[in-house]
Amino acid sequence: MAVATIAAAPTAIAGGTEADTRRYTAGATQIIMGLVMLLGFGLGTRTAHGASTTFGMTLVSKQGTHVPDWVFPARPVIVALAVAVVLLGAARLAVQLPRRWRLIGTSVVLFCFTFAFMAWSAADPKGGERLILPSVLDSMVIAAVPLVLGALGGVVSERSGVVNVAIEGQLLFGGFMTALVGTATHSLWIGVIAGVLAGALMGLLLAVLAIRYLIEQVVLGVVLNLLALGVTGFLFKSLMQTNQNSYNNLTPFTTVRIPGLASIWVIGPVAFDQPLIVYIAVFLVVLVHLGLFHTRWGLRTRAVGEHPAAADTVGVKVLRLRYRNVMLGGAFAGLGGAWLVGNVGNFTENMTNGKGFIALAAVIFGRWSPFGALAAAALFGFTDALASQTSSLQLPIPSDLLTTLPYVATLFAVAGLIGRVRAPAADGKPYIKG
Amino acid sequence: MSDRLKRILAGIGSANTVTVTVLAFVLSVVIGGVLMILSDQHLLSEWGYFFQHPTDALSGSWDKVANGYTAMFHGAVYDPHAKQALRPIENTIVDATPLVFAGLAVALPFRAGLFNIGGQSQLIIGAVCATWVGFSISAPMPLHVLLVIIAGIIGGALVGGLTGLLKARFGAHEVISSIMLNNIALGVLAWLIKTKAFHDPNRQDAISKPVKDTALLPAIHGSSPELNFSTVLAILAVLLVWWVMSRSTLGFRLRALGSNPDAARTAGISVSRNQVYAMLLAGALMGLVAVTQISGTLSASHAMTTTLDNGIGFTGITVALLGRGKPVGVALAALLFGALDAGGVAMEAATTPTVPHDVVTVVQAVIVVFVAAPKLVQEIFRLRDVRRGEASGSGTGAAPSVAPATAVDSAAEAV
Repeated sequence: MAVATIAAAPTAIAGGTEADTRRYTAGATQIIMGLVMLLGFGLGTRTAHGASTTFGMTLVSKQGTHVPDWVFPARPVIVALAVAVVLLGAARLAVQLPRRWRLIGTSVVLFCFTFAFMAWSAADPKGGERLILPSVLDSMVIAAVPLVLGALGGVVSERSGVVNVAIEGQLLFGGFMTALVGTATHSLWIGVIAGVLAGALMGLLLAVLAIRYLIEQVVLGVVLNLLALGVTGFLFKSLMQTNQNSYNNLTPFTTVRIPGLASIWVIGPVAFDQPLIVYIAVFLVVLVHLGLFHTRWGLRTRAVGEHPAAADTVGVKVLRLRYRNVMLGGAFAGLGGAWLVGNVGNFTENMTNGKGFIALAAVIFGRWSPFGALAAAALFGFTDALASQTSSLQLPIPSDLLTTLPYVATLFAVAGLIGRVRAPAADGKPYIKG
Repeated sequence: MSDRLKRILAGIGSANTVTVTVLAFVLSVVIGGVLMILSDQHLLSEWGYFFQHPTDALSGSWDKVANGYTAMFHGAVYDPHAKQALRPIENTIVDATPLVFAGLAVALPFRAGLFNIGGQSQLIIGAVCATWVGFSISAPMPLHVLLVIIAGIIGGALVGGLTGLLKARFGAHEVISSIMLNNIALGVLAWLIKTKAFHDPNRQDAISKPVKDTALLPAIHGSSPELNFSTVLAILAVLLVWWVMSRSTLGFRLRALGSNPDAARTAGISVSRNQVYAMLLAGALMGLVAVTQISGTLSASHAMTTTLDNGIGFTGITVALLGRGKPVGVALAALLFGALDAGGVAMEAATTPTVPHDVVTVVQAVIVVFVAAPKLVQEIFRLRDVRRGEASGSGTGAAPSVAPATAVDSAAEAV
């Protein structure tokens, strides 16, 4: 984004101390996380009196082989994980590790922390409480799909140099058109196509206003979100609410079971028994990754996003590429909106409820890469799922605060762990030939 | 003098700031009208028979749109049939007041090259502080209100300052950290409202205890309890922000930062410190929005609810854009948006079948799009280019209107 570059300049000068500061911050954070695990989860009252943790392993809502519950003593396991995390944090603090090892270390710490939290939340001396792991994963997939698709839309658009803050609006409008057209034609899939086209249309609007009329792109995105909110809210109240059956009533998606793979232990029903769009989303992530880094289109996209003048000099049509990419991004987000509607069967006012902004965060958190966006979306989806699945376990932590955890984590991540993220150099800057 | 008049008249047909803004408003009203027609199923079916009975569709549509906008006007400006004919304009001012603060909270950091998308979180935390001081402390009348105002300012400024600090100290992009803070604040609000310390024991729903009567902003004059002291605060805020931005050293530094950060740094201006200052001020302004929501008359309950931000944090962005980042412009833009809001509510109540209030959101967004794209308006109405020297921020489009470029400054001052 335009303003990101302002603060990026001193990094190069003060590179050494920057890395040190980040190392101390990350190491200290990890040690604190370990202590929280130790004192809060491992030695807390919830795990006292030989409490054991029960993880359910069978997804009741889907067919699959029955897997027996996984039961283990809570306290020893959590304490062991906590000690491991503290040691890893100390190691991080002590030595400057290469990037690959830092990444692995951070992932292990996050995994241990999450596992310890789950073990703690499902710990019960009487053994009655349980957390069904496949349910958590299933909710994660459902929550992550619109985020992945929205973030993918952001990646494609921003890699070519157009900031896409309008993901929220594209999701919302895509969802609205899915409901409207899908109900009118009695076909969910025609609705999905309409949703994709609606997203692309919103993308076109963004592209025209940003590329041809040079509106500041971050502001433009916010305004387009407002526009989408207004238009869909208005039509929802004046058309859909009075006549749900003829404008807003769809049969939700049905799952597509991939034979063989769907019967894999625990993971199968979650990963291979989902509506078609879930597979499409994963496929698109791979496709965009391959496209961006292994095709002519990708090379040109990145060139245009980094140095449009240079790309122009060698004959790349800068503006045309940007138009295409922003529309493509809008189409991805539109599909995400179609998912939101197709998953429940109807549209509700402001049903995206900030998901587009989370997708935007996933773009930045994932460092403008498709797999990064997927990982970030999965993280957000997972914590969301965890918060809703543990809400019945009567945790001493209120679920409202639990839902804020991924945002707190992201805040820490952008501030310390992943350091300064660098947007494509020409992101948000209009290209004027000449 | 007559020479000057001639120049002004000649300027009307060109794409200057005023013409573009007026035409942007006209276009948005037209689009709002189209939306009203589209929403009426009866009218849509008449349009289906357009070639048999063209007059039905046309006159029906005209009536629909005319009724909608007349109701809006009656609700926002002047209602000849009401007992207090000028009451609507008071409603407009009441609705505009929080938008003035919110617009300033976006415009000020924008001039320093920072985008404040975190208004929601600043507002919420400001409201949490203001409400707590409002119901837990006992103090005599003027002192209590003052404490509530200070608490709101501190709460908002803390969040704004945190965003600035994360940016300045750790390089965290202010847009992403603001989005995160918005979500965190929403979660904290949802949780706090249910806690013993905040929840109103007399209510079943998620609402906090109401603030005490001594914590309410007093009405300006007895006959209209709606219009309260917050409007005076808003006027003061406009003057203060104007003074800070165009007369103080801090404002000079912030503008330098926004125009060219590298040059500012070379000139010895601390980029990080001034980024924090800009966001602190922005947060403080957003905290004042919280005070108008809690201690003002907008919500009759004078308490926190989960929907207390009401989208004002984001509306502030559009207000700032429409006001071209200038304090007085922001105030005028807020007044227009306030009128649309007040009018929209009246229209929803006065029309059958109901024209939902959301049409106002569309009109607001469309105005801003057109104002931000003067070239688009120029093309639609085939306006002349602005002559050189007759400076305007809406020239051939090289300068996006709210961008902290100096071109816009000179334009607005020339007009």
